[in-house]
Amino acid sequence: MFNKILIANRGEIACRVIKTAKKMGVRTVAVYSDADAHALHVAMADEAIHIGAAPSRESYLLGDKVIEAAIKTGAQAIHPGYGFLSENADFCRKCADNNIVFIGPPIGAIEAMGSKSAAKQIMEKAGVPLVPGYHGEDQSRDIIKKAADDMGYPVLLKAAAGGGGKGMRQVWSEDEFDEGLDAAKRESMNAFGDDHMLVEKYLTQPRHVEIQVFCDTHGQGVYLFERDCSVQRRHQKVIEEAPAPGMTEALRQQMGEAALKAAQAINYEGAGTVEFLLDTDGSFYFMEMNTRLQVEHPVTEYITGQDLVEWQLRVASGEHLPLLQDELSISGHAFEARVYAEDPDNEFLPATGVLEFLQAPEESENVRVDTGVRQGDEVSVYYDPMIAKLIVWDENRDKALARMSKALKEYRISGLTTNLDFLYNLSNAPAFKEADLDTGFIEKHHGDIFHDDEKALSDELPLAALFVLLQQAEEADARANACGDHTSPWHCSGNWRLNEPHIQTVTLLHHEQECPVDVEVQQRNGQTTYLIDMGGETISAQGKLDGSELRADLNGHRLSATVAAHDDGFSLYTSKGAVSFKISKPDMGEDQDTGGEGGLTAPMNGTMVTHLVAAGDAVKKEDALLVMEAMKMEHTIRAPADGVVNSFFFQPGELVDGGALLLDFAANEE
Amino acid sequence: MAKIQSKLNTRAADFQENAEHMQTQVDDLQGKLDTIKQGGGERSQQRHVSRGKLLPRDRVKNLLDPGSPFLELSQLAGYEVYEDNVPAAGIITGIGRVSGQECMIIANDATVKGGSYYPLTVKKHLRAQTIAEQNHLPCISLVDSGGANLPRQDDVFPDREHFGRIFFNQANMSSKNIPQIAAVMGSCTAGGAYVPAMADESIIVKEQGTIFLGGPPLVKAATGEIVSAEDLGGADVHCRTSGVADHYAQNDHHALQLARQAVDRLNRKKPLNMDIQDSVEPAYDSKEIYGVIPKDSRKPYDVREVIARIVDGSEFDEFKALYGTTLVCGFARIFGYPVGIVANNGILFGESAQKGAHFVELCAQRKIPLVFLQNITGFMVGQQYEAGGIAKHGAKMVTAVACAQVPKFTVLIGGSFGAGNYGMCGRAYDPRFLFMWPNARISVMGGEQAAGVLSTIKRDQFEAKNENWSEEDEAKFKQPIIDEYDRQGHPYYASARLWDDGVIDPADTRMVLGLSISASLNREIDDTKFGIFRM
Repeated sequence: MFNKILIANRGEIACRVIKTAKKMGVRTVAVYSDADAHALHVAMADEAIHIGAAPSRESYLLGDKVIEAAIKTGAQAIHPGYGFLSENADFCRKCADNNIVFIGPPIGAIEAMGSKSAAKQIMEKAGVPLVPGYHGEDQSRDIIKKAADDMGYPVLLKAAAGGGGKGMRQVWSEDEFDEGLDAAKRESMNAFGDDHMLVEKYLTQPRHVEIQVFCDTHGQGVYLFERDCSVQRRHQKVIEEAPAPGMTEALRQQMGEAALKAAQAINYEGAGTVEFLLDTDGSFYFMEMNTRLQVEHPVTEYITGQDLVEWQLRVASGEHLPLLQDELSISGHAFEARVYAEDPDNEFLPATGVLEFLQAPEESENVRVDTGVRQGDEVSVYYDPMIAKLIVWDENRDKALARMSKALKEYRISGLTTNLDFLYNLSNAPAFKEADLDTGFIEKHHGDIFHDDEKALSDELPLAALFVLLQQAEEADARANACGDHTSPWHCSGNWRLNEPHIQTVTLLHHEQECPVDVEVQQRNGQTTYLIDMGGETISAQGKLDGSELRADLNGHRLSATVAAHDDGFSLYTSKGAVSFKISKPDMGEDQDTGGEGGLTAPMNGTMVTHLVAAGDAVKKEDALLVMEAMKMEHTIRAPADGVVNSFFFQPGELVDGGALLLDFAANEE
Repeated sequence: MAKIQSKLNTRAADFQENAEHMQTQVDDLQGKLDTIKQGGGERSQQRHVSRGKLLPRDRVKNLLDPGSPFLELSQLAGYEVYEDNVPAAGIITGIGRVSGQECMIIANDATVKGGSYYPLTVKKHLRAQTIAEQNHLPCISLVDSGGANLPRQDDVFPDREHFGRIFFNQANMSSKNIPQIAAVMGSCTAGGAYVPAMADESIIVKEQGTIFLGGPPLVKAATGEIVSAEDLGGADVHCRTSGVADHYAQNDHHALQLARQAVDRLNRKKPLNMDIQDSVEPAYDSKEIYGVIPKDSRKPYDVREVIARIVDGSEFDEFKALYGTTLVCGFARIFGYPVGIVANNGILFGESAQKGAHFVELCAQRKIPLVFLQNITGFMVGQQYEAGGIAKHGAKMVTAVACAQVPKFTVLIGGSFGAGNYGMCGRAYDPRFLFMWPNARISVMGGEQAAGVLSTIKRDQFEAKNENWSEEDEAKFKQPIIDEYDRQGHPYYASARLWDDGVIDPADTRMVLGLSISASLNREIDDTKFGIFRM
């Protein structure tokens, strides 16, 4: 076993690897950028080396710097985590040149799987089933288009060098082909420096089921069963689970053996994942092989009782696989939810900011939280905005799901927008409970997940208003008790007025929509009743706040909900799902000078990709003006009206702060 | 303390009848106030809002701490006084909490005759200032007024208690460190310009607020200069050039936020120096007061039934319970604050007046606030009582009440007639606050008595001339007098003229008193020095 390893990564995965290394008595070296000087992974490691500026191109992607750090600290091996240098054959080669063990597959395996089209050819030869598609070297537009036309729409355009949904586009008809190809190529070029495309038949109701494989350097290989990662948005996994619901022993064995065959076809070593599309009829197709430890590996760890990082270290140091295939078995069911700083209500736009309050659910045998951030840390523009992975286990799927639902409810984050409510609603959607999964799940069940049904709100709104008023009363009591004049009726919070009903208007924002609710507060004999006016119907409400638990009586219907306060609002978790509200603040008239340029400011921190028109051009309303990239996703800024673009304030390649004005636009006078 | 044991049967027919009668009066009051609260009416309000301004009541609401109470004063001011309809006399005044501090809020209602000052507008503004001064409450003026009502200038401008007194008060309150904050949210012309100018800190809203001694028409008339209101006295002029205003607000909401911040940095603390205990709701429902008060105002009832529905836990320690029983005196608490209660339970005799004087002395000595519950037809008259010195006994009580420096609070819960009004701390005796119930009546004597006195004199004249005056003629003579007394003794008539601080729902008495007492404690209680008691 190694004495000391370097972790060439950051965030939760760096922390995850350090944990196991510590347990095994292996010393650890972290690397960090300017932005991560105070990061958790740096604090956890025995040593840490600064390797450059905040942008990953100037730090975490600099293989030479990382190797230099390993040499300097005497680390014998490098764990690359996922992303960054984890599937970079050049880096792998440099490690070998410097006599440092790369904790991962051999160079040849990375190279073989690095190009998706080459990978498919290898798999085809090895007899692993493939989705119909074009994986040719000839990248001329006509050839690619003909291949697409031949296999029939919809098709999927994918960056040959890609992964993680970048440089990937669905094309639903021939008309959309050109635009889709250009966008996919541009994204691919930006993300991977290469715009080779491949085309595949797009299965409309497929599930994404992947097999965890492990091979040692002695020619032994095992599969650690499957994970179902069907629930995705924009090809990014959201909730993963193991085992896959409805999986039969026979199919499991079939897929496991196919995956091992794929691994052995490229002389694989270490941890790898073979991703398949599983069709409704039980046929499965090879998609790609990820030659690294996956983000979602913890669900496999939970159901197998194994520590995959430990396996990686053992295998990399030349040991035999800790267990053979017949020694492995599945116990119970596990879920992983990825907690992100992003806005699900706004096309999952990545969010940045400081984690002003962060309280994860309590960890236990059943609940695990893998994170790389602490309260007070910043989620910056430079890296993936994942805050944590929440992993739960129980003896069956229903129980595990109930645990996840509870844990999500207990997660408290404020300071930035997160997808917690979205995850909660997703895991409570009836179809998810019934495991009716496919990769189009989120689009299909949009109504259940996003509560865009108006009627749903009529139940939540009174509760929300009640919460606001109870909280107001609680705060008033607290203030009263803190001062010497604690009995003064001036502390009363019931909006008391002389000779008129005590009506308070609570104005809540839901999805930026104002929902004003008039509430009459009646106080008699020490009892407070809130008469909530819901557009004609009056709801007589009473309630009690006990920490984050709201107990309410609405017209005699007793119910309870959990409330998580954040930033300028709160989320209400009921048995039906989560709804978040903001508390409307009066317009103070600030920033009126820029009011006219709404929509022409950067929606988030990011990079200017390209200008789509030239300065001085006249444009029509909704014309695309420029493309910004943030968190590896492209965002197009469009003209708010007919007008003229006078000038651009940022050139392609420049970093842009969120909220910065991007261009000088003059709308035509009517 | 001893708990008052109510003897009330809430299921009795007369209780129900009384309750219904009071309910009718309360409904009438609230119905009238509903209209008054619409200010200058829908069209006028729409025009106001369309300019980007908040309505005065919304300004007040947004100025206050969310959910906190607002003790509005003189809601009926100007009611049916002028030929013009001037709801609330075109100005909203009241006490509210701003940044945790009880403040006097004075807000012009520009939807009512442009917020111009009628005589009663002035009186209401001055009354609010008096309350602020007596209770050391910071003043926040939300200014939006065209100034004095020019056609009524003789009743607005020249006298001691007229327009100029507003600024006199501002200066003198400021000198006592009673902060003066003004937010200019509309016009502020001529004399009105001194409200922000005299303020300790002033705020002005851009493109809404203007301050000038003479508006554009006057300037043009005087010098021929043509200038816009904004260029003459807008926010930019006063914040950047003249220095008349201190803080530049983007809009109404921003101005109110700035006012809240101004209060937040006053560095004030309530000087509480009394034994405050936990507040306990009365053992009996306050709303039952409705059934306590007889429909027929001449019918006697036990005032302890009222006290039981106002004070903490209905607990009341009576003083001299067996002596001078027509005046009930005793110690209680309201919202945890100790109070001395003086309440009428019949006509005042010499003994009751002496008892009252003694009790007021006790409270003044111990610095216990006094609450007077007035229901008094007057002092006893007649040869026996005059000979017994009722006048000097009454004088003792009046002296005690007049000189007592503790905060005094008066509620007219029934009749308020004659010298009884004086002994029971009527308006002239400077109670910090004075409120009326809708069933209360106030006049120098009852209408019947006045008509009786006048007709006796008239009959004497007829008889001196040996002429006959028929019973019928006498009745005809008396009826208009009775009617006039009834009209003038009505709470609406009284409140319209600022003889009180408001007509209140009897069920709100506890809350109103609690808020008033608490507000009064912003000022330390002075030592009392009594005048000569005639022995």
